[in-house]
This record gives sequence, structure tokens and C-alpha cells, in this order.
Amino acid sequence: MRFAKIGSLVLAGAFSLGLGAAAQAEDMRIGVEGAYPPFSEKTASGELIGFDIDIANAICAEMKVTCTMVEQDWDGMIPALQAKKFDAIVASMSITPDRMKVVDFTNKYYNTPAKFVAKEGMFTSDTPEALAGKRIGVQRATIHDDFVTTKYTNSEIVRYATQDEVYLDLTAGRLDAIIADSLAMDEGFLSRDAGKGYAFFGVDHNDPEFFGEGAGITVRKGEDALRERLNGAIAAIRANGTYDTIMKKYFKIDIYGG
Amino acid sequence: MDYTLISDNYNFLLLGLINTICLVSLALLFGGIISIPLAILSADRHRIFGPIIWGYTYFFRGTPLLIQAYLIYYGMGQFEFVQNSFAWPILRSAWWCALIAFSLNTAAYTTEIFRGAIEATPLGEVEAAKACGMSRFTMMRRVILPSAFRRALPAYSNEVIFMLHGSVVASTISVIDILGAGRVINGKFYVFREGLYSAAVIYLALVILITQGFRIWEKHWHAHLRARPTGTPAPAPKH
Repeated sequence: MRFAKIGSLVLAGAFSLGLGAAAQAEDMRIGVEGAYPPFSEKTASGELIGFDIDIANAICAEMKVTCTMVEQDWDGMIPALQAKKFDAIVASMSITPDRMKVVDFTNKYYNTPAKFVAKEGMFTSDTPEALAGKRIGVQRATIHDDFVTTKYTNSEIVRYATQDEVYLDLTAGRLDAIIADSLAMDEGFLSRDAGKGYAFFGVDHNDPEFFGEGAGITVRKGEDALRERLNGAIAAIRANGTYDTIMKKYFKIDIYGG
Repeated sequence: MDYTLISDNYNFLLLGLINTICLVSLALLFGGIISIPLAILSADRHRIFGPIIWGYTYFFRGTPLLIQAYLIYYGMGQFEFVQNSFAWPILRSAWWCALIAFSLNTAAYTTEIFRGAIEATPLGEVEAAKACGMSRFTMMRRVILPSAFRRALPAYSNEVIFMLHGSVVASTISVIDILGAGRVINGKFYVFREGLYSAAVIYLALVILITQGFRIWEKHWHAHLRARPTGTPAPAPKH
């Protein structure tokens, strides 16, 4: 046993000497959320599935690196990246000016607008006036949180750790309306049993000041080499059809955006 | 550390402080009121209530506060008959759900603390009260309970601190308590330390107030136990 261990250590040492820097970069840890269907969720057996997960795996395959998915609660996502718990975040994170102050992003890998959801027929308009005095549910530390906190100052903003909890409290009748990514809600809530009787209302929200230019892969500031490699990989899976295959598995429409 | 983040967002922390203080003090108040009769009945080993109280304290001491809060908040909210019931205006609010969970939880612990203190009443005190011809109620009110409260005080001060720390559970069901305020700040600015550190400092400050408060209270209630000055001062202890 002991000798075998030492032997493998020596072997590993020889390999890393032989292959040099390339061998070191072959491992990458990716931060994912696991509570944001259909982009990222867990099956009953605890397996991570979803659009983000598939995209992350496709990009890793394209870059020829071995990836480990690290699950992380949303509101600790950027701090965990900074603390080097992982090297990149693939979790539908929107590229916004505020976040660009602390991290860097690749080009977008999809872009869909935000929208409000409520009980069918409850609201006809989603202006701050129409929602004044109402309880709006939102996931903490998201662009949607930022948006309603800034614009809907006369509404009561209720913040949750995960989007799943937002859905739970909407159906429990504790919230009047919720706002999140339209696609995430369409596939993750409205088209499922729990979302029966609920519907979108109001307009598409995509003001770049709040909603940025789409969701990108997040890396630490200054990691330009990694960022460029990821950009290359996104472009490659867009070009070779892998992206389209994954997209069609989850969505009926094109989510890459213009 | 970015201190301006904390000073710019003091309003969140202040709101959190108010929510935590209100939740914890009301829970302690309700819990205390519930626990006294339960402790008496349980110390009496009442044939019917005894086992029921035992089951209640076993459940609330045997499961984590987080689970209790989730069961009351998310669990009960899923039932349509709960949503249609008269209690829904209260159960709809995360704040009230937290208060219910905290009150029931602290009542269970306090019941056990008081029960122990009542059972530890020196027999002589009870006999003296009986000899004076006190009724059972008067004896409870004038002898057993005051004496039990005195004995329970140190253990109870711990329960108050545990309740304060346990109250962070409120932040997981969307109440902005002290930790919730820290999380809002963290989330808003994509930081980690600023919100957690300021929350920790506030909890530390509250615990100092609580321990000092109990020290004064104990001094007051245990005054009769302190050495009192006599004609000849006791000799200084030898080293």
C-alpha cells in the first residue's frame, strides 16, 4: 500500500515535470448554483442538471480541461470566487456595471429580459405606481433585487436566498408579485404544476443600467488569460452547434439574444 | 474592509437591530408566560398534563430551531385550509411566524429550567410554608416560585443569550434581522466581510448588555446570600 502510494506520487511528479504548465491548468473548479431551474437545479438523486451545467460542461470539453462543479448559494457566489473556492462562475450571472467593479466577465452566453409574474389577472400594469404598497418578492443580490430596490421604492421588497423560495412564497400567497428572468420563470415555474394560475404581466425589462448585456461567465479581476480562453470556448460551441443542441434541449426559443 | 459601506447602510442595520430586539424580547416574554404554568404542572407530575408537556418540550428541544421556523413558515403556508383560515393574516407574515417559532422554542427550554428549579426547592421552605398554614396557591406564589426564580436565574441568562443567537433563523425566512441586514449589504455590494462583521459586532454588544443586566439582576435577587458585615470582620483568607 505504502509503496504503491509513493510510487504513484513519483509517477505524478514525473508527469507534472514532463508536461509542465499544461498539466497544471487541466483542472478547473466552476461555481454553480443548483436552485435556479431550468438553468441549474438538482434532480431527486442530487445530480446537478440544467442549461448552465450543460454549457459549463461543453465549455470544459472544448477547453479540454477537467471541471469540478462546486455548488454555492447565490448571495455568496462572488465572495467565494474571490476567496478562490472556484475559478469561474457559470450561474446565469448578468454582466452589470456594478459587478464589473469587483469581477470580470466573458462575453454573454445568453440574454433574456426580466419580467413580473403574479396571479393571473391581478395586475394590468407593472409601473411603480401600479405596484405601490404591494409585496414584491425577489432573490437577494440579483439584478432584479437591484432594479426593484431602486425603482419600486413605494413597494415592500421581500428578499430570499433562492429563487425557489420566491416561488414558494408567491404560491403561499405571501407575495403580490415577483420579478426575475422571464425565461427562468417560464420554464422553472409557469410551465410547471406549481405555477398554474400565475402569469406574466407588464413589459420586458432590459434597461442595461440594471440588467446589463446578458449572462456571462464570471472570473476574478485580471485573469485575462482564462477569460480569453473561455471567450474562445463560447465562440467555438456557438459555431460548432453544441450550443444550439443544448439550447434546444431546454428551450423552444432562441435565448442567445440579438 | 470598506467602512463606508457599513456607515452608508446603517439604516438596514438599525432596522435589523430593531427587528431582532423586538422578536427576541417578545418571544422571551411570551415564552416566559407560557412556561410558568407548564413548569408547575410538570414539577407536580400531573397525570394528564405531565406527559403532554414532556412531549412538547421534547419536540422543541429535540429539533433545531431552523426546522421549527421552516415548518411554521413554509410548511403551514402550503396548505390551502391554512391560507383560508382566520389565522392567515398572522401566518402570512414572516415576522409573526418567526415570533411563534421563537416563543414556542424558548418556552420549552424555560419550562425545563423552571421545572428543575421548582423541584430543587429545599423541603424545609415548603414545610415552613405549610406550618404557617399557607394554601397551596399562596405557598406557590410566596415561597416556591420566588425561590425557584432565584435559582433559575443563571441558567435562564444562558437561555436568553441562546435565544438571541438562535434568532438569526429569522433571516432565513426573509425577515431583516441583524444578520439579514448584513446579508442585504453583502448581497448589494458583492462583499462578504462587511455585512457579517458588522452583524457580529452588534450581537457582541447586545450580549454584553444582556450579561451585565443579568449580573445586576442577580446581585439584586441574591442580596440575601451575600456575606453581610458583622461586628468582627471575618479574617482575611490566608494565601
